[in-house]
Amino acid sequence: MCLAVPMLVERIDGEMAQVRLGDVTRDIAMTLAPEAKVGDYVLVHAGFAIEVVDREYAEETLRLLEQLEGPVYQ
Amino acid sequence: MKLVDEFRSPQAVRALSERILAKDGTWRFMEVCGTHTMAIARFGLKELLAGKVRFLSGPGCPVCVTSAHDLDLLIAVAGMPGVVLTTFGDMLRVPGSRTSLEQARAKGAEVKIIYSPLEALELAREHRDKQVVMAGVGFETTAPVVAGTLQMAVAEGLDNFYVFSAHKVIPPAMEALLRLGEVRVNGFICPGHVSAIIGTHPYEPIAGGFGVPCVISGFEPVDVLQTVLMLIEMSEAGRPEVRVQYRRGVREDGNPKARAVMDAVFELADAEWRGFGAIPASGLVLRPEYAAHDALKVFDPRVESAEEPAGCSCGDVLRGITEPEDCPLFGSYCTPENPVGPCMVSSEGSCAAAYRYGGREQ
Amino acid sequence: MSEHPADSLVSMAHGAGGEASARLVRDVFMRSFGGAVLGRMEDSARLQLALSAGEKLAMTTDSYVVTPIFFPGGDIGKLAICGTVNDLSMVGARPQYITCGFILEEGFSLDSLERLVASMSATAAEVGVEIVAGDTKVVGRGAADGVFINTAGMGIIPAGVEIAADAARPGDLVAVSGTVGEHGAAILAAREGFRLGEALVSDCAPLWDLVRSLIYAGVRPAVLRDPTRGGLAAVLNEIAAASGVAVRVREADVPLSEAVRGACEILGLDPWFLACEGRMVAFLRPEDGDLFLEICQAHPLGAGAAIIGRVEVERPGRVVLEGAYGQRRPLTMPAGEPLPRIC
Repeated sequence: MCLAVPMLVERIDGEMAQVRLGDVTRDIAMTLAPEAKVGDYVLVHAGFAIEVVDREYAEETLRLLEQLEGPVYQ
Repeated sequence: MKLVDEFRSPQAVRALSERILAKDGTWRFMEVCGTHTMAIARFGLKELLAGKVRFLSGPGCPVCVTSAHDLDLLIAVAGMPGVVLTTFGDMLRVPGSRTSLEQARAKGAEVKIIYSPLEALELAREHRDKQVVMAGVGFETTAPVVAGTLQMAVAEGLDNFYVFSAHKVIPPAMEALLRLGEVRVNGFICPGHVSAIIGTHPYEPIAGGFGVPCVISGFEPVDVLQTVLMLIEMSEAGRPEVRVQYRRGVREDGNPKARAVMDAVFELADAEWRGFGAIPASGLVLRPEYAAHDALKVFDPRVESAEEPAGCSCGDVLRGITEPEDCPLFGSYCTPENPVGPCMVSSEGSCAAAYRYGGREQ
Repeated sequence: MSEHPADSLVSMAHGAGGEASARLVRDVFMRSFGGAVLGRMEDSARLQLALSAGEKLAMTTDSYVVTPIFFPGGDIGKLAICGTVNDLSMVGARPQYITCGFILEEGFSLDSLERLVASMSATAAEVGVEIVAGDTKVVGRGAADGVFINTAGMGIIPAGVEIAADAARPGDLVAVSGTVGEHGAAILAAREGFRLGEALVSDCAPLWDLVRSLIYAGVRPAVLRDPTRGGLAAVLNEIAAASGVAVRVREADVPLSEAVRGACEILGLDPWFLACEGRMVAFLRPEDGDLFLEICQAHPLGAGAAIIGRVEVERPGRVVLEGAYGQRRPLTMPAGEPLPRIC
């Protein structure tokens, strides 16, 4: 129901920020995820950052997949 | 595309599906969220896991569960003089009981497609002579975005910006579904982006009370397959719990800031769901302090009561008891070009996904 | 240099056939287009057209109503010439003559008109096609959206060139001349004001030079089609139906720019339904595949060329997209215009 894509925060300007996915950039509102910093990835839905992507967990999921031994959750 | 392509890796998809296919038994999981329905169709996951896992679509397509009556009201507002109705593209072709926003636009209503409510705000700012109405449709992911936009409008003193709220919340619909007792599932694939806002706790009554395992999932194929494997392993262990596969996007406590914005603007109310009827405390209406921006109050649209189109099985499809291809209208009277029911309209609707991505041969 | 004040607008008088009309034709159209045939200002273009044995005449017409009129990568004028040239090129015809009719809305800016006429002229010159006839009408405010352009094009198909929509055979390769979906994505973003950055640019370009290079190098395409409205999906379905064959496309082999991929993820669009205005789909006999790629890749408009699929026997009329995990799904005709979704 809710399309949101991870986009890289390139610039923050008050309550707005410029984010990037592929070669596409877009200005979005940061009011719902004010803790995001330049260099973070944020989940963007309808022009708002709704959450900061936790890179450690992203990498952990990928590491887990490389091994695929044992249960897939901890 | 970073954080997207990695989670589409063919090697990981193959390894995960092999693990799933090696499991004993067969499994039925409901993907609550329409974006999951879409991802499952787009990446062919039904086919990959055929014979082992059946995916059932749930009530999580907001345009699909918007009642015909609410749509009729929205269309009535769109037709009022001086009104510019701004809407997400998903809503444009959804049929109400008589017509759709697209047809209303053809008859002269000003309907503007937006990607973000911020564009609606900009319209209101640039056209102070117009009444700009934002069609607020969506679940807990979208409601804070619309709420945040309304707060900006108020802060700027834009008294020509209004919200028509048909927003809904997900957990009550999941519980209502289980209470109906029609659908048997071994687990829920829970919506990742709703959960990014609400966190894990609202699902606890479902896992604890109804004994149905819940895994909050991301939307890439690797995410969904890992979720399936987690659900199977949890069932095998006989421990229905709420777990998070989508840990890169979902904190246990969700996003308190976004919830605070949503709660400041909206309050819970009973709501009518297509296919379900009324579900207590499942809708979001504007709080009284925002009455001056509440399109329903300000424009007070009146329409006759609406009936669902004859022969349409959308209600059963939305409750997971009928598959799209079993509807007598599917693919003949009801196609994405000429939709009868809402599930054929939004590309995340289960009928549209089944039609476009061809679950079964038509 | 313009003959009119910078902020002049089209008025009803410009279409009334009097002094203002004559001035518009002279100062705007003749100044840019001004070929020998058009310069005679007669009711019809008189053309000497001698066909050699085996040559055929190709004719086409199209109307252009794009919004916005100026978009990243082009404008309605360039698009009108490219679209007409490309339609001729897709049957292997060397574009010779083009006519253009303008429907102008009262109040349209003369500066804008001049700009898009200049861009038509430049594109026509690039291709070597002559604009030989034209017409202008002005309609009242609200009866059109700025400017509409209708064109007709005439070209000559060289002897021995046989390119037809029903000529695809099982075993043929399916190729594209470059990344797909750029025009559709750029127009949608520009029209709706989605502001997705500067990388989203229309691919609008005349394809004749590329088609000519292919034909002269000895490539004998069975079918050529430019995937405009409805994108790759519509074109493949049309050819599958016309030729009575099935088409299988490998999703991972369809070239996409990072801008289109990003826009599709954000807006929830499928790139298969997005229009191109400077790309073609080619159905090739298997032995022509390597030469097609070689010629395309040496040409500025074909750098991204790729073989994306194959023609099959079973289930004629169907187009199947094969995903990265071996999954297959039908690629259907698009249902209406692509709409962004949040769900």
